[in-house]
Amino acid sequence: MTNLLYSKDHEWVQQLEGNRVRIGISDYAQHSLGDIVFVENPEVDSEVKANEAVGSIESVKAVSDLITPVSGAVVSVNEELEDAPQSINEQPFDGGWIFEVELSDSEELKGLLSEEEYKAFISEGEE
Amino acid sequence: MTTETTLKHTPLYDTHLKYGGKVIDFGGWALPVQYSGIIEEHEAVRNNAGLFDVSHMGEVMVEGKDAESYINYLVSNDVTKVKINQAQYSVLCYPDGGAVDDLLVYKLAEEKYLVVVNASNTDKDFAWMQEHLKGDVTISNISDEVGQVAIQGPKAEAILQKLTETDLSQIAGFYFAQNVTVDGVTDILVSRTGYTGEDGFELYLAADKVEALWDKLLEAGKEDGLKPCGLGARDTLRFEAKLPLYGQELSKDITGLEAGMGFAIKVAKESDFIGKDALAKLKEEGLKRKIVGLEITGRGIARHDYKVFSTSGEEIGTVTTGTHSPTLKKSLALALVPTEYTQVGTEVKIEIRNKQVDAVVVKSPFYKRG
Repeated sequence: MTNLLYSKDHEWVQQLEGNRVRIGISDYAQHSLGDIVFVENPEVDSEVKANEAVGSIESVKAVSDLITPVSGAVVSVNEELEDAPQSINEQPFDGGWIFEVELSDSEELKGLLSEEEYKAFISEGEE
Repeated sequence: MTTETTLKHTPLYDTHLKYGGKVIDFGGWALPVQYSGIIEEHEAVRNNAGLFDVSHMGEVMVEGKDAESYINYLVSNDVTKVKINQAQYSVLCYPDGGAVDDLLVYKLAEEKYLVVVNASNTDKDFAWMQEHLKGDVTISNISDEVGQVAIQGPKAEAILQKLTETDLSQIAGFYFAQNVTVDGVTDILVSRTGYTGEDGFELYLAADKVEALWDKLLEAGKEDGLKPCGLGARDTLRFEAKLPLYGQELSKDITGLEAGMGFAIKVAKESDFIGKDALAKLKEEGLKRKIVGLEITGRGIARHDYKVFSTSGEEIGTVTTGTHSPTLKKSLALALVPTEYTQVGTEVKIEIRNKQVDAVVVKSPFYKRG
């Protein structure tokens, strides 16, 4: 995927038209979580604030917070994850997207990492 | 903040790393939580076979003229009923009936027993056993010298049989054979036991031979779909079969009776045992609470220690284990609740991240092999 931005909480952000962005979790994140069996999405129309937990992702073994890397209004959630949460493992960047936000402050995107920066960030963490 | 601790290694530590096991801190042991994925491994065990490293388990050798009466005074089951080459599940109890641990007693010879305990309880159990030493008995903690692998699943016997001349079909459930040779690896105790709800074997042998055995088994089982498995799948497998995990379904505060292990609590056995009076009383008065199976009918997964409520909002108990069941593909839980809430069909609520989620009592074990 091109033009993806990443957060240090391992979410990716894809810019759609206007101020709308799509959010999911990185391949590294889905791999560390293992088999994902449940996703608790944020509610559509709710206002979310960057770096806060807006839902959760559960693997067989554990629960992890779903963190939004940006602020704004949730305009859409991937309802297919309700029946097929494993899409996040299988295709974290496509069918496994999680929710979409209408940004309240597009400047926040500047604080995110590029793909190269994110890769460097991961490899630092693994040393 | 991270605390630097030195994790203990099993003889298979290097093997796990070499073959892609995801090694984590498992109660102080560096062990794989998974290889290919918990669900895939879980399904391999239900449909074909899986191979587990359980070398972290504790082993205590008990020998001497009074070995039988000594063990019989420590544990809840009746050791006098055990024959040579037979294994018996039992609970080591406190005087108040709570559990020190649950364990297997292997009768190796007339005056020689092997007691197999949970890894995280080994030191506590051994100290308890020393404290209550009685008669002509010597005990030794041989956990470091003994390794253990478990091969579990419907194809376990066929796979293991390829590598040994010992007729495995002659080993019934909860029996074992000693000094078995498996493809050149000698002196193995092969026991028809397990912790998955499937048929299978647990193999005990000298720690320095474990790696060779592991490789031979994996190779022999390849064409039958044998997969190396981590402790994540071991947990989901034992959970579906309602086998208690010490610290969750069974603990110093939850007796073996409440955990549903009443078959191993022989309050009528001739010998006295620690906890007998308390357990006899509990049995006579009737259990006030029990471990029960729940299906979460609302959305979410219940986890250990989540609270359980009645439909009228009263807090009634706690979840002991909860996960997504790979076999039933449902969100299921085991919980400790008052007896009046244990009827199948009883509706309860589980608090999942501040939300009250609907759940219903269902039949358990969730899974029984056909």
